[in-house]
Amino acid sequence: MKINTLSKNMLKTATMLTLFAVLGGGLVTVSFQMTREQIQANERLSLLRNLNEVMSHDRYDNDLFSDVREMTHEALLGTAEPVIIYRARKQGQPVGAIFTSVASDGYSGSIHLLIGVHSDGTLAGVRVVSHQETPGLGDIIDLRKSKWILGFQGRSLNNPNESSWKVRRDGGVFDHLTGATVTPRAVVKAVKNTLVFYQNHREEVFFH
Amino acid sequence: MTYTQILYDGLWKNNTGFVQLLGLCPILAITTTLTNGLGLGIATLLVLIASNVTISLIRNIVPVAVRLPIFVIIIASFVTATEMFVKAFYYDLYLVLGIYLPLIVTNCIIIGRAEAFASKQTVGHALFDGITMGIGFIFALGMLSGLRELFGYGTLFANADLMFGPAAQFLTVTVFENYHGFLLAILPPGAFFGLGLLIAMKKAIDLRVGIK
Repeated sequence: MKINTLSKNMLKTATMLTLFAVLGGGLVTVSFQMTREQIQANERLSLLRNLNEVMSHDRYDNDLFSDVREMTHEALLGTAEPVIIYRARKQGQPVGAIFTSVASDGYSGSIHLLIGVHSDGTLAGVRVVSHQETPGLGDIIDLRKSKWILGFQGRSLNNPNESSWKVRRDGGVFDHLTGATVTPRAVVKAVKNTLVFYQNHREEVFFH
Repeated sequence: MTYTQILYDGLWKNNTGFVQLLGLCPILAITTTLTNGLGLGIATLLVLIASNVTISLIRNIVPVAVRLPIFVIIIASFVTATEMFVKAFYYDLYLVLGIYLPLIVTNCIIIGRAEAFASKQTVGHALFDGITMGIGFIFALGMLSGLRELFGYGTLFANADLMFGPAAQFLTVTVFENYHGFLLAILPPGAFFGLGLLIAMKKAIDLRVGIK
């Protein structure tokens, strides 16, 4: 008799738990279905907005998302993972490429960059996608905090020449804040390395 | 328990931020600007109302032995749904709040109110408790983030358009022109100092007017 009540109790408990798990799962499923398309559209739009910051949208006429290549080069692109490269073309001709390079030697973790390069090797623009550098010091690389990152626009491996692709403290031409050289140094190095990579692999970037 | 008591408890006497000290993780992490603080506060309020009402509705059919797992399932589902809706309709705000939205699940305010209040009270009381506790939390977040933004950046309501749309840009106030920022207020230690000051202020007011 006692065992009977006990098992009845257990059965009731298990049923209730299952019932609520199913209800909770149902709520999440319904929300997911209702929001999925909107979320995908948001993510795409936000990425496209970022890409257009570093490669102005009147320069190309292809769909960047379907013209993508992944390449791996730890020394120059900053990560052992494959780096996504968006290729911009106008009437089929390559006009530029956007690299999602990483600056791996910042002050605090990886700095993820978007680097737009015109087909002739000049920089169309550079933006920081994410970083964890110190607020107030290292975050001058963030466009919301300072215009520092805009200084790359129009630069190339000949402008300045290769030995001046450094922050001012190291004898180069790029500004930095006193007391915060590590972050700008890492970004300058990553941008330069990406340009070197582009120079060495231009054909592979566009035609594979 | 009267509605007046619940109101007084939620907003002041038992304020989640200043007295119960629940939800310290978001309170300390997200309060760097007023917009962020209010954004998270509103999301928490919505989840708190939904979970309080639901838990009060089912309080008589849930077996005592498994009530906590069931509460957690309910809260986690509401939070996940909230996160998806914010991501779908307030994407820029989502980018700012990021990890702190799913972390509402671990916010002890929600499970605390579920266990201590909603599971023993009528739906009306539970609903009202969710609203007042949530507003109390928004009040705490607002005070702390306003304080930190003012001293840290010299502004109030920076990026308000992220949450309320472009029309809200007029809310942004630059209080100190050419202010170079006070870094400590923005960094994590500033959150502790600020919260400590606010708790002390609340105690001082209570003492002054003679509340125990």
